[in-house]
Amino acid sequence: MKASLGYLIDPLIKGNPITFHILGICSALAVTTSLVTALTMSGALTIVLVLSNVTISAIRNHIPDSIRLIVQITIIASLVIVIDLFLQAFAPETSKRLSIFVALIVTNCLVLARAETFARQKPVWPSLLDGLGNGLGYSMILLIVGSIRELFGTGNLLGYSVLPLVENGGWFQPLRLMLLAPSAFFIIGFLVWIIRSWRPEQIEEPEFKILTPDGATRP
Amino acid sequence: MTDLFLSSVFEQNLALSFFLGICTFLAVSRKFETALGLGIAMIVVQAVSVPVNHLIFQWLLVEGAWAWIGLPDVDLSFLKLLSFIGVIAAMVQILEMVLDRYVPPLHRALGIYLPLVTVNCAILGGSLFMVERQYTLGESMVYGFGGGIGWALAIVTFAAIRERLKYSDIPKGLQGLGAAFLITGLMSLGFAGFATGGVP
Repeated sequence: MKASLGYLIDPLIKGNPITFHILGICSALAVTTSLVTALTMSGALTIVLVLSNVTISAIRNHIPDSIRLIVQITIIASLVIVIDLFLQAFAPETSKRLSIFVALIVTNCLVLARAETFARQKPVWPSLLDGLGNGLGYSMILLIVGSIRELFGTGNLLGYSVLPLVENGGWFQPLRLMLLAPSAFFIIGFLVWIIRSWRPEQIEEPEFKILTPDGATRP
Repeated sequence: MTDLFLSSVFEQNLALSFFLGICTFLAVSRKFETALGLGIAMIVVQAVSVPVNHLIFQWLLVEGAWAWIGLPDVDLSFLKLLSFIGVIAAMVQILEMVLDRYVPPLHRALGIYLPLVTVNCAILGGSLFMVERQYTLGESMVYGFGGGIGWALAIVTFAAIRERLKYSDIPKGLQGLGAAFLITGLMSLGFAGFATGGVP
């Protein structure tokens, strides 16, 4: 029981796919201009990740090793096509705003990495939990970045006005930079900084030590 | 055409304004030489795969493509994801064999990067943008080439900055990944300047 809980909890902060493993960043940055798109993308990715982990783990003993990458990509691509068509049918507006990024889940390194490192070796139940945990860890970062960008970029959250805008007689001047590409990099950079200050074991070893004039290593 | 080329290199840079291929971008930019190798591999694969995918999409997948054998209602465009991935993987494999046979030095230099390129979302993204924006064959050739150059330019510059940064004194929690994100953000800010022609 404790082990299965670990599969679910570990990827949230300790082994977070985005801030620790640097996986699946492309979509994390691109779809976070508003909370709605971030939510949709998180849902789509979590579903694909859970289903692909379960499928691959269920047939793991029947996939020949030499063609496993092709098999895995085909499974993931089929799942993504289903999700993409589903979104086009039931949420056409959001689907338009997500542009090609739902389709790009196929090459999202996160999905393939979980299939390759986890689902290929473990039974179905742990794979399901691992997929769910990683999906939630990914969603968490997406929702944080998405809400910061939407709140400060437009003053709204999920389309409801939170900070009254200057043009409507309030006090808040929207920061247009938040809606542009660079802000996403900055926000994730600072998130990484916060998480690593809290959990110093995630800090990478520097390639060079900086020495003080008398030759000692600086703290 | 020149406009399209310049915009695909600078304004609509795949890495810095569409965030495509950022995973590889951050992971393979510790050394200048490796970044250059990967950049060249990206240019080659992107320039070849976008036009090829354009042909496949136009002649096999788009609605009405099968009209010439009497099946005007067949619309296979939902298969584009699967076939694009297949085409890209096959292209990379063929490219590897051709380089190995005719240009061995280049193959040795690019060897390990070519497989990496297959799962880079910038390649698939380029092909999907080509479909979404309905480029013609000529345009998709220019777009593929320009997109590849833009991506290579971004990663080579980034790796050069990162090499210099090794010697600098960065706050502990920001070392490595954190600093990489902030620098990419600054570069992206610079490239965003191209979009407005330098006028804020």
